[in-house]
Amino acid sequence: MSDVAKLLVGSAVERMEDARFLSGSGNFADDLAVEGMLHAAILRSPIAHARILAIDASAALAMPGIRSVITARDIGDVIPIIPLRLAPLPEFEPFRQPVIARDKLRYVGEPIAVVVADSRALAEDALETIGIEFEALSAVTERGASATPLFDFTEDNVALRYDAGFGNADKAFASADYVRTERFSVQRHTALPMETRGLLAEWNSSAGRLVVTGATKVTFYNRRALAQMLGLRQEDIDLIEIDVGGGFGVRGEFYPEDFLIPFAARKLARPVKWIEDRREHLMAINHSRDVACELSLACRSDGMILGLRGRIFADMGAYIRTNGGVVPAKAAQFLPGPYRIPHVSVSVEAFMTSKTPVGTYRGPGRFEANFFRERLIDMAAMDLGIDVAEFRRKNLITEEELPYPIDGLVPYEGPTSYDTGDYVEVFERALKEIGWTEKRHLQGKLIDGVRHGIGLGCFVESGGAGPKENAAVTLERDGSLTVVVGSSVLGQGLETVLGQIAADTLSLPFDRIRVLHGSTTLLDEGFGTYHSRAVVMGGSAVLDAATRLREKILERASNHLGRPNSELKIVNANVIADNGASVSFAALATDSELQADGTFSNNVRTYSYGTHAAHVTVDPRTGAVKILDYIAVEDVGRAINPAIVHGQAIGAIVQGLGGVFLDHLIYDDQGQLLNASLADYLVPTASDFPVLRAVTLELRPSPSNPLGAKGAGEGGIVAVAAATANAVAAALAPLHVEIHHLPLTPPRLWRLIKDARERRTNAA
Amino acid sequence: MTSARPVHFTVNGAAATVAVEPRTTLADALRNELRLTGTHLGCEHGVCGACTVIVDGAAVRGCLMLAAQAEGCEVTTVEGLGSAAHLGALQLAFRKHHALQCGFCTAGILATAHALLTDEPQADEDRIREVISGNLCRCTGYLPIIAAIMEARIAYSDVQREAAQ
Amino acid sequence: MKLPPLDYICAATLSEAIAALAAHGGNAKVIAGGQSLMPMLAFRLAAPTVLVDIGRLPDLKTISISAEGIDFGALVTWRDIERDARLAQAHPLLAAAVAHVAHYQVRNRGTVGGSMAHADPAAEMPGIAVTCDAMLTIVGSNGCRIVCADEFITGGLSTVLEADEIVTSIHLPPWKKARRWAFEEFARRRGDFALAGVAAFYDIDAQGLAFDAHVGVIGVADRPARLPGVEALLNGRRIDADVILQAATAARDAVDPADDIHAEAAYRRDLLGVLLERALARAADIILPEAA
Repeated sequence: MSDVAKLLVGSAVERMEDARFLSGSGNFADDLAVEGMLHAAILRSPIAHARILAIDASAALAMPGIRSVITARDIGDVIPIIPLRLAPLPEFEPFRQPVIARDKLRYVGEPIAVVVADSRALAEDALETIGIEFEALSAVTERGASATPLFDFTEDNVALRYDAGFGNADKAFASADYVRTERFSVQRHTALPMETRGLLAEWNSSAGRLVVTGATKVTFYNRRALAQMLGLRQEDIDLIEIDVGGGFGVRGEFYPEDFLIPFAARKLARPVKWIEDRREHLMAINHSRDVACELSLACRSDGMILGLRGRIFADMGAYIRTNGGVVPAKAAQFLPGPYRIPHVSVSVEAFMTSKTPVGTYRGPGRFEANFFRERLIDMAAMDLGIDVAEFRRKNLITEEELPYPIDGLVPYEGPTSYDTGDYVEVFERALKEIGWTEKRHLQGKLIDGVRHGIGLGCFVESGGAGPKENAAVTLERDGSLTVVVGSSVLGQGLETVLGQIAADTLSLPFDRIRVLHGSTTLLDEGFGTYHSRAVVMGGSAVLDAATRLREKILERASNHLGRPNSELKIVNANVIADNGASVSFAALATDSELQADGTFSNNVRTYSYGTHAAHVTVDPRTGAVKILDYIAVEDVGRAINPAIVHGQAIGAIVQGLGGVFLDHLIYDDQGQLLNASLADYLVPTASDFPVLRAVTLELRPSPSNPLGAKGAGEGGIVAVAAATANAVAAALAPLHVEIHHLPLTPPRLWRLIKDARERRTNAA
Repeated sequence: MTSARPVHFTVNGAAATVAVEPRTTLADALRNELRLTGTHLGCEHGVCGACTVIVDGAAVRGCLMLAAQAEGCEVTTVEGLGSAAHLGALQLAFRKHHALQCGFCTAGILATAHALLTDEPQADEDRIREVISGNLCRCTGYLPIIAAIMEARIAYSDVQREAAQ
Repeated sequence: MKLPPLDYICAATLSEAIAALAAHGGNAKVIAGGQSLMPMLAFRLAAPTVLVDIGRLPDLKTISISAEGIDFGALVTWRDIERDARLAQAHPLLAAAVAHVAHYQVRNRGTVGGSMAHADPAAEMPGIAVTCDAMLTIVGSNGCRIVCADEFITGGLSTVLEADEIVTSIHLPPWKKARRWAFEEFARRRGDFALAGVAAFYDIDAQGLAFDAHVGVIGVADRPARLPGVEALLNGRRIDADVILQAATAARDAVDPADDIHAEAAYRRDLLGVLLERALARAADIILPEAA
C-alpha cells in the first residue's frame, strides 16, 4: 500500500450516497411507515381573499376512517405565528403568517383545516365534504392595489420601505454625461424540488416527547420555533433528517404544516404523516423572484460607471414568511454587482398581495439583480457605442481593489466586502470559451430563418453565512469513522464532501466513513444549510473535529507504541512509528472509541464570482429560442469535489434557464393560481437545453475559512437570466426589440417583435 | 364495490399479491403494499416520471395505471435493477457520471433508461434525450444523465449479442 | 392526489363492457391506457363510480392495412404505431404526427381510441382523423354505428359517444402514392400539447396542379378542424411561394383561437400561418424566403 494516501479533497470521487439511491434503498419522507400511522390532508383556501364565516366539518367527521378535522378553533385562542428567521426587520412582524387561517383567508392555498384519516385517500375524500362559508373580498394581485387592505392595520398593503446606499448618487447622476433608466421584472416562480415536502410526527404521551422525521435545512432553528408554539421544551422535540429530494431554498423553512402535523399527532396521540401533493406544493411552498426594478445608470461618455440608482419592488405574497425579506434585500444589495460603482443608492418596497408568500429560491435576489443590471449595461454600452465586453472590462473591480467594501446596502447586516478574486481574468476566460471575438459578427444576423445573439452576464455572489457550525467525529471500535455535523443535506452530496475532508485529515479510506447530518439528536446545536454554507461552515467544522481527533489518535498511539508523537505518522488508518512499529485505528479504538468535537465560527461572507455567456438563436416568426452554446465560468475558491461542483453548476444553469423561458406561476386578477399542475407549470426537460458548459476555477481561495472554499451552489444560476436575456436582446436588436421582462416565452417574444414593428411602421 | 380486492402480478421476478381498493394506482400498490419504496411519486398526475416502472417490458408511469390493470403482468422496479452491493451497468454508469444528486427522480429515470436500452441498445443521443424528456430532474440539468445512459449502451448491446448467440 | 373512490370492472368481452357501461348509466367511464383519464381522476375533475377497463379486449389491438385503407383497433398504442414500419409508406402523415404525441412512457400505454374519445383540441390523433376523413366505429347497447371524425367530435373534450358506447376502431382512407404532405406543430417543450399544429396534404394532377387538398389544424379552436377555404385556395393551383403565402393568410383569417395561460389568441393565429407556410413549403419541396 502506498505510503502517501491519495488526497481526496480536490478529487472527483464517486458519491457515498449513490449506491442507496441507485438501488432504490434511499429513505425519503413518504417511505416512512410506522405502526398505527394516520395520514393527513389539508383543506386549503380556494379563494384569494375572504372572511371566514363558518366551517362545517360534520359530514367529514361522519365518514368512515376519519379520525379528526382540526381547525383554528381546535388550536386555541392564540394561533401560533411563524417567526422570521432571516431579515428580521420589525416592520415585517405584523405580516407574519399564522399556522392556520382563523378569520381571514389571504391566498389560494392557505391552510383552513387538517383532516386526519386512516389513509391519505380517505382524508382527501373528506376534504371535499367540508363546508366553508365565506364573505369574499377583492383580491389584491398587484402593487398599488391599495383599495382593499389585506391587513386591517395597513392601508396601502406595503410592509416595508427603506433606502440604502453609499457615496452620493445624486451628485454622480447630476455630473454624468449619460444616464439611462429602465424598468425590469422577473416573474413569480419557484424551485420545484422533485420531492414535495412531507413529514411524520410521532408523539410519545408517556414521555411527553415529540419526534418529527423529514426535517431539513435548519432543524435546530425549527425545533426552537416548534417548541415555543407547542409549549414544549426544545429538549423534548427531535427533528430527524433523512434523505431529501432537493431543496433549492424552498424546502426546510418553517411552514404551517410544520406545526399542524405535530399538533395533530399530539392531539390524537398517534403518528401522523403528511405528504404534500404536487398540486398543493405549487400553492403552498414558498414562491420566489417576483421582483420589479427601476434601475438607473450614470456613466461618463467613455463608459466609466459613476453611479447606480435602483428601486426594488417586491411582491411578498400574503404574508412575510421565515426568509421572505431576503429576496428584496438581496436584490437591492447585488444591484451593483462586480463593478466599481462609487455612488450607489437603492430603495426597497416590499408589498403584500393575495398570493402565496415568497421565500428564497437558489440565488435569491441575485438572479433578479444581475438580470436588471446586466441588461441595463448592454443598453448603455449600445447607446454609447462601446462594445459590451469592453464596457464591462472597463468597470469590473480589479484584484488590486479587493477587498472592496459594499457596506450599507442591507439594513439588517453589518459591513461586508467582496473578498478575493480576479474578476477580469474570469471574465476574459468566459469570452474565450464562448468565442466572443470570433462570433461577434453573428450578433443579430439572420441565418436560415433564425437570428443569432451572444450575451454576457457578470456576477459576484455571497455565501457561507455564519455564525457557526458544529461537528463531531468518532473513531468507532471497529476502526470506522462516524462524522456528525449540524449542516443539513438537501440532495447536494454533502455526505461525500464531508467524508472527503475527514478522510484526508485522518488518512482513512473513504469507505470507512459514514456521515450523519442535520438531525437535532446528533449535536447540541447546529445551524443548517442555506446561503451556500454547508461546505464553508460545516466542512470547516468537520476539518476542525477531524484535526482534533487526529491528535487524540496520535496521543493514544504514542502510549500504545511507546514512541513520542513526533515520531508517529498516520498512513491509511494505521499509526506508524519511525522504528516501523505500527498500530491500526481499529486496534486503538477496540476498548473505547475516540471522539472529538469541532466547531467553526465566522461571520465573514465568501464571495464567489464569475461570468456567464450565452449564444442563442431566436426564430423571429415563432419566438422560439434555442441555446446553441452556454458557458458559465466561476471561481469557487476551492472545489472539494470538482464533479459535485460541476454538477451544481450545470444543474443550476438549467434551473436558471427554466426561470428565463419556462417556470412561471400565473395568477389571474381574482388571485387564482392558474397553473397548479406540472402539465401547466413548465420546467426544463432533457431535450430543452442539451448544450451547456461550466468551468470551475480555483483561482483565489477564501481567506475566511481553512478550506479556502467559497459558496458553489448558486453561481450557476445567478447570471443565467442576465446572459441569456442579453443574448436574446442582441439577436433581436435589428428588430428594435428590447428585453425588460421575464419569462421570455415564444408568445411574449413574438409580441415584442410585432409591437416593435408596428411602432416603426407608425413612426415612419 | 370499492373495497379492497386481490391483484396478482410478478414483481422483480417474484410472484406478488396485493389487496387494494380499485382506485389504488400501481405506484401506490408497489410502495405501500409491497414496500418497494424505491419508486417515487413526484406529481401523481403523469408528468414527472419519478414513478416510472417497467410493465411487461414497457416503461410506464406508475401513477397512471391502476394496480388492478397490472393483473398477471410482469413488473420491474428499480429494486430489480441491482442492489446497493451489486449495482448493474446502468446504475454504475450513473454513479460514475454523477448523474444524480438528490436521488428522488433517479428510480424513474433508471427504469425508463433500462427499458429503452433493453429495446434499443443503439439508441442515439437524440433518441435518449427524447425518451428522458418524459422524466423531470431538477438537480442535474440532465447532462450527466444522458452521458451515463450513453455509456451504459455498450452493456445492453453485449446482453443483446449474448441473447442472440 | 389520490383517485376518488370507484369500482373497477375488467371486461373480458366487448358486450360485457357495454353491458357494464349501460348498467351504470353516466356514472361509468371507459378506461384503456388511462393516460388522459387518470390525471383527471387524480385532480378529481372526473368522478365516475365505475371504471370499465377495455384494455384486455381481444381484437382491438391490430393495425390492418389494405387497399381500402388502414384500420386501427381502438387499443393500438402510440408505440405500436411508432414500431409499425409499414406506416411510413402506408400513412406517412399519421406517422409524422404521432411522433409528437406525449412522452415515452405515455406512448407505451396511450391508445388511439382513448385519444379520440378524450378529444383534446390540441391532440394529434383527432387532428389527423379530422384532416383525413377518418371513420370511427362505435359499438353500444343499440348496436354499431359508423361516424366520421368531423362529426364525432362535438366540442372541447366532447364527442357523440353515449354513456354505453365504445370506440372500437378508426378507419383512415387509403393514402395515395406521390401524395404531397407535411405535419408541423409548435409546442413549448417536446411532448407538450401543441400551441398550434397543421396537418396538410394534397395530390398533384398531370399538369402539376394540386387537387383534393386537406388542411387540418389543432390547438387553435375547441376542436380540431379542417380549413375548407384554405383547401379551396390550394385546389387547382400550382403550389408555389405565392400560393403558400395566400394560404397562410387565409388560414390566419379562418381561425378564431382563444387566449389562455400559454399564449394570447393573436399569437396562435399568427403561429398557425407560419406553420402552414412551413408545412406547405415542405410538402411542395420549395424553400420560402423567410421574412424578418
